[in-house]
Amino acid sequence: MPETPDISGTPRTAQGSEAAAGGPGRSGAATDSGGADASAAHGKTGATIELENLTKQYPGSAAPAVDSVNMEIKAGEIVIFVGPSGCGKSTTLKMINRLIEPTGGRIRIAGEDVTDMDPVKLRRKIGYAIQASGLFPHMTVARNIALVPKMVGWPKSKIAARVEEMLDLVGLDPGEFHGRYPRQLSGGQQQRVGVARALAADPPVLLMDEPFGAVDPITRDHLQDELIRLQRELHKTIVFVTHDFDEAIKLGDRIAVLRERSRIAQFDTPEAILTNPADDFVSGFVGAGAALKRLNLTRVRDVEITEYPTVKIDDPLQDVFDKLRSGSTNEILLLDRRGRPYKWLRRGDLMRAKGSLARAGTLVADTVTRDATLRDALEAVLTDNTGRVAVTGRRGEYEGVVDMETLMNSVHELLEADRLDAIEHQHHLEEVRAHQTHADQEGDGGGARA
Amino acid sequence: MNFWEFVSSTHQQLLTDAYQHASAVFQCMVVATVLGVLIGVATYRSEWAGNLATLTTSTILTIPSLAMIGLLIPVVGLGVPPTVIALTLYGLLPVVRNSIVGLRGVDPTLVDAAKGIGMSRAARLLRIELPLAWPPILTGIRVSTQMLMGIAAIAAYASGPGLGNEIFRGIASLGSANALNQVLAGTLGIIVLALLFDAAYVLIGRLTIPRGIRA
Repeated sequence: MPETPDISGTPRTAQGSEAAAGGPGRSGAATDSGGADASAAHGKTGATIELENLTKQYPGSAAPAVDSVNMEIKAGEIVIFVGPSGCGKSTTLKMINRLIEPTGGRIRIAGEDVTDMDPVKLRRKIGYAIQASGLFPHMTVARNIALVPKMVGWPKSKIAARVEEMLDLVGLDPGEFHGRYPRQLSGGQQQRVGVARALAADPPVLLMDEPFGAVDPITRDHLQDELIRLQRELHKTIVFVTHDFDEAIKLGDRIAVLRERSRIAQFDTPEAILTNPADDFVSGFVGAGAALKRLNLTRVRDVEITEYPTVKIDDPLQDVFDKLRSGSTNEILLLDRRGRPYKWLRRGDLMRAKGSLARAGTLVADTVTRDATLRDALEAVLTDNTGRVAVTGRRGEYEGVVDMETLMNSVHELLEADRLDAIEHQHHLEEVRAHQTHADQEGDGGGARA
Repeated sequence: MNFWEFVSSTHQQLLTDAYQHASAVFQCMVVATVLGVLIGVATYRSEWAGNLATLTTSTILTIPSLAMIGLLIPVVGLGVPPTVIALTLYGLLPVVRNSIVGLRGVDPTLVDAAKGIGMSRAARLLRIELPLAWPPILTGIRVSTQMLMGIAAIAAYASGPGLGNEIFRGIASLGSANALNQVLAGTLGIIVLALLFDAAYVLIGRLTIPRGIRA
């Protein structure tokens, strides 16, 4: 990922009239990776971030707020810091752009040690988006976005083009929103502009501090989807702080679960954390919902659908009686003329309704399609009083039934498979690590000899 | 001679006095604004310094204006100098106080955001904090100006410029034909000037407060 040749990042940049002006500068900077600055500023794809024993000790407090964090964030990946409030996740994030000065340890971005560089210059290379957008209310949307490009000295025409491009990128019509003031925007729109401002000078690294914490759940969902789409285009290195574990699962390539003093409890993929939490703290944080959350990732089509005795509404009554009597179950499913689930019939129902199909049985309340998640299916099964739900095809026609037992068995199988995967994954990681250590030692030895 | 006849017969003198009055207030306000905002900028970050600045300027305001000018005369003499010094000192308090309140009232997350996107301290102050604090500062300037309009009348006591001269002359010759007219002309003149200045501030507010933060 760090060496991706796709230097131009977004396709739009490549089309923009200013791309030509920016292009040579960028590629020049990219080759000059040893340079003191500029290399990080204009490298279009993400840069690695390495935190080494990063520590923050506030004067007068016995324990450090952040205690010796070691972390390696790959270029172009989204890493989520998640943890209880007060665990130091925000502090850790703010140390990366040195809004909070670390009292110990090093920070390297794209291999370059930035722990002692001018913080103002450093921050211009790092996008920063915060909760409630942090837009300046006395500036128009366009001026807000133009701030960082202006500070780093882009020519005017390039800035103007970039502002339009960024608005377009975050899904706001440039013509309409350009001249607006932040207070004329909805919360979601403000947040989009906030992200546009953070990305305006094309920083390789983007820090997001609970950016979607202050918007309503529906808008938050949209913004998360947008961020995923953006990231697919831009491949920035994103460090994202949240206390919402669901948000972490949705967005993260990897999740760092932090405990107090920002100690890393587990740093792994969402799947691995869900199915194989490292310890009680992590499983506590993942919550009792881990299995339920896992259900969101699997669809009805992936599990076994059982057959169920059915009759058509047009079938003679005698057939219905026969099926009810001979069947292994107490119930049969009555289908309407187009083969859609209509009613559940029990043995006694017909007798009570005096032989009339129109009056007998209970109407089918809910069905699920094969594309529904297992969570939806479970929901339907739970609300049904007999513990099963009919699965339907594209036009609503009956295809089978999922019941509680099937669901439980499938979930157990899934979790078991995940667990095996996770163990294998861990073995693999350990092997890689061992290999790396070995290689490092070899390399050192070679260097000493040479 | 009724009041209007008096005004039309002495309008030359009245206009000169009114002009000098307005000019004195305006110039002192400029100095007080610059000083007041500078003091505000220098002290708002520290609880202690900010409170000291507010306390000092409000103590100055409690000195009776007549006494202040009287005390200044032996030091700087008669005429313009004591007027300017007194007016500037009196004008400081609202500006200093509103600068400090305004600058402290800027949403800390915005300052954090400004820092986070790489603005230097000076840029933050000039482009974020002062513009956002400008509406309360302008209100302070407006209040100061209204106050100085009245206080400037006392300047005539130290042979200073302005409409106060009309008032003092009238008071000195109470009982004579035009005494009351003189006092009235001076007072009304000050009121008219105050209203004109206020209108000017409304206009300045409209021109200088960005639409995004206008109430």
